[in-house]
Amino acid sequence: MSNTPIQQIEDVVIKFAGDSGDGMQLTGTQFSNNTALIGNDLSTFPDFPAEIRAPIGTLPGVSGFQLHFSSNRIFTPGDACDVLVAMNAAALKANLKGLKKGGIIIANTDGFDSKNLRLANYPEGVNPLEDGSLAAYQLHTMDITKMTREALKDSPLGMKEKDRSKNMFVLGFLYWLYDRDMNNTVAFLNDKFGKKPDVLESNLKTLKAGYNYGDTVEAFSTRYRVEKARMEPGVYRSITGNTALAYGLVAASQKSNLPLFLGTYPITPASDILHELSRYKNFGIKTFQAEDEIAGITSAIGASYGGHMGVTTTSGPGMALKSEAMGLAMMLEIPLLIIDIQRGGPSTGLPTKTEQSDLLQAYYGRNGECPMPVISASTPSDCFEAVFEAFRIAVQHMTPVIFLSDGYIANGAEPWRFPKASSLPQIAVKFKTQLEEGEEHFYPYQRDEKLVRPWAVPGTAGLEHRIGGLEKQNITGNVSYDPENHQVMVKIRQEKVDRIADYIPAQKIELGPEKGKVLILGWGSTYGAIKSAVLELLEEGHEVAHAHLRHLRPFPKNLGDILHSFDKVLIPEINNGQLIKIIRDQYLVDAIGYNKIMGVPITKSELVVRIKELLTAK
Amino acid sequence: MSTATIAPQTLTAKDFATDQEVRWCPGCGDYSILKQVQTIMPGLGIPRENIVIVSGIGCSSRFPYYMNTYGMHSIHGRATAIASGLKATRPELSVWIVTGDGDGLSIGGNHTIHLLRRNFDVNVMLFNNQIYGLTKGQYSPTSEENKVTKSTPMGSIDHPFNPLALALGADATFIARSMDRDPKHLQEMLKRSHAHKGASLLEIYQNCNIFNDGAFEIFTEKGSKAEETLFVEQGKPMIFGANKDKGIRFNGLRPEVVSLADGQYTADDLWIHDEADFYKAQVLVRLFDDPRVIGHFPRPFGVFYATQRACYEDSLQLQLDDAIARRGNGDLDKLLAGNETWEIK
Repeated sequence: MSNTPIQQIEDVVIKFAGDSGDGMQLTGTQFSNNTALIGNDLSTFPDFPAEIRAPIGTLPGVSGFQLHFSSNRIFTPGDACDVLVAMNAAALKANLKGLKKGGIIIANTDGFDSKNLRLANYPEGVNPLEDGSLAAYQLHTMDITKMTREALKDSPLGMKEKDRSKNMFVLGFLYWLYDRDMNNTVAFLNDKFGKKPDVLESNLKTLKAGYNYGDTVEAFSTRYRVEKARMEPGVYRSITGNTALAYGLVAASQKSNLPLFLGTYPITPASDILHELSRYKNFGIKTFQAEDEIAGITSAIGASYGGHMGVTTTSGPGMALKSEAMGLAMMLEIPLLIIDIQRGGPSTGLPTKTEQSDLLQAYYGRNGECPMPVISASTPSDCFEAVFEAFRIAVQHMTPVIFLSDGYIANGAEPWRFPKASSLPQIAVKFKTQLEEGEEHFYPYQRDEKLVRPWAVPGTAGLEHRIGGLEKQNITGNVSYDPENHQVMVKIRQEKVDRIADYIPAQKIELGPEKGKVLILGWGSTYGAIKSAVLELLEEGHEVAHAHLRHLRPFPKNLGDILHSFDKVLIPEINNGQLIKIIRDQYLVDAIGYNKIMGVPITKSELVVRIKELLTAK
Repeated sequence: MSTATIAPQTLTAKDFATDQEVRWCPGCGDYSILKQVQTIMPGLGIPRENIVIVSGIGCSSRFPYYMNTYGMHSIHGRATAIASGLKATRPELSVWIVTGDGDGLSIGGNHTIHLLRRNFDVNVMLFNNQIYGLTKGQYSPTSEENKVTKSTPMGSIDHPFNPLALALGADATFIARSMDRDPKHLQEMLKRSHAHKGASLLEIYQNCNIFNDGAFEIFTEKGSKAEETLFVEQGKPMIFGANKDKGIRFNGLRPEVVSLADGQYTADDLWIHDEADFYKAQVLVRLFDDPRVIGHFPRPFGVFYATQRACYEDSLQLQLDDAIARRGNGDLDKLLAGNETWEIK
């Protein structure tokens, strides 16, 4: 047993960084799951290159996984790291600026040989591990490669395969450093490599070697323990945004008794939703990997037309390709979900980096007057509820709905107090199955009080009808080029979407007073940073509040009142200012933007600085 | 008013017409195609409500408005993809796709080939008029080379598609060709398309009398039809000509036109049509000569190729059934909980 004393701490941010091939995502995920199981609150931020295998050892090839865990409630993966694991020189160089002064560096010395140093663009003869340049940090060097090979000297595996286990050495060492039980990772490895005994053995051996290394070398004078977070009682699991989103779709399908059809084309960072849903065939879910983005959405339109719930998933460039078909779905007035996991744009942009890139595209990116409801998720677990709501609106209001998530939420993880299936509301779906008493003809564009038209699906006798993308005569749905009719129909379609505001919850203030000096208005993945910043400022006694939008179109009816109750409105966004344009347009509020367009989330600390400026400004 | 199913056997062609005024140009080949479809529908034995006609954009794509069934007039080129989603989720419906040479082979070409390779059990009616009609007369992907149109004043330099060769290249399980001016044959081909389990592609030569009048005249008009066309029939030798005095035989691997009049060859020497023969189908689709070239082959009509392969929607359903058989009906609580949970008290 180790004699190293254990210190209680509240809050840790670790960044695992290495080459794309070093297995940092897996290491980070395993450590996160372990952290979740002991009851810490946590938030993760995977950050990886777009290239599958960028040149080994180079800066573009660095893959990172940031993990924030705490005995308090936390809402972001952390602004700066306490611990940086650097598997090579490039990983150190790329991540050093994100490490707190005094923070711990665990460096794999084998990754700092002359070749790696050169690839990381260090000047000839300079090695940061040796030149004293890291004096402001606690530097711990270990030759992970060598020790991994040593641990596996009896293994029949080749050198290259042995070296693949070195991430397990790191993981084992960190389990020691944070006083963890490794059972979940042992079980994971057994499951993953059960059929390859040599590989399993090498991973298990290396994992234990890393743990034992910590135990024996006493390189660290302290180990750390983070106590359980004081979270609401209940049963939790860890969840990423894309998984939560897939579950939300499954749940909504079950609760509406509408079979789900996903028509999609693979695109980063949305593809995981396809991967997830394709595993749930026993829930009656049909997934269809189409030949392109357009076939993805149009096949989903076909499914919705047939009475299923059609869903399509994509990311920015794919959204652009789908826009004509979105217009068709809007004209057909059938339910459809278009899920956009936003990434840095324009064009191919930054496929693996996050950005709130597509709000204006979701709002306006179609030909003609083509209003559609827009819903967004604010955290990984929120994807579940938010997409459930999007599904509800689509079927109850007979409209395509756009759902916005982003790469940060999609890949990030947090604990989730998942609901019981029985606690989820039913989603009432109404099909028209026959003509009513006194009804002579079926009119596909006759509307109810919500301005919603009937959903009459093929196979229903007596309701045969034709619909299409041409403008239709009000009520009858016959093709019409009549000028007055077009204006009437455009106004009706707009009003139909506007009226959804009568069927959504009022906007609430997340934190802070109902009125006062500064309101921070956010949408989507800025939730955690805004909430953390406002919490801190409230504790310091400032007059600041946070409201976060889920319903972006239509807005909740009380939003205008909220906006007008504050002297200043700050809208932080990971884009060049999109929500702010819409808010200014609809409410004539002179809102102020805070915009970061770097492919990374806004941090709490930068927001705090900006809000303080606003609070003190005349 | 009763909304019960009208028994299919009591339906007539009229029951498939709508109250909408048909708005194709007078003399358009589409009228005949519409009439033949309405004529054969009652005989298919399908309740009207179970028939769906999906179209894209183009003159031909107005078709659904004139059919008293379910129908969708969608967007350009995507009818095939919409029909794929519909058929994947509602396999019991009889799904018919109306498309044209622009809609199905140009803007929607991608979806057409993927529909065929996946083999959804749907019927594609490809109205080929070798011109863009709705946009008023530009050349299409099936227009012949050197064609002078509004967009090609010096003649088209595009090499045209051979639609059936393309379909066969995409591993279509049923390909056939017919024409607007031969109602009987067209009806027969429509019935065969419907009877085929799997994706059927029926190319229909359709005259656009406004922008490309007479494009198929040589095949359709009395004076030349018999000499210029070859109506293939299962198990029958390939004979054509006004006097039934010409045939096609294989000389080694190459087809050739031979005379049956001079006693050198008889019907026994000829190529016997076999719809199931994939290799012969490859040759048959290539009998696609320009009829102005001396020594050309006649243009074949009929069912070129028909085979059986699993339909996408059936395989998809099998996977769902299999998943349920193995794992039971999905349990939402189990799914949400996953494998690793912890409790906070």
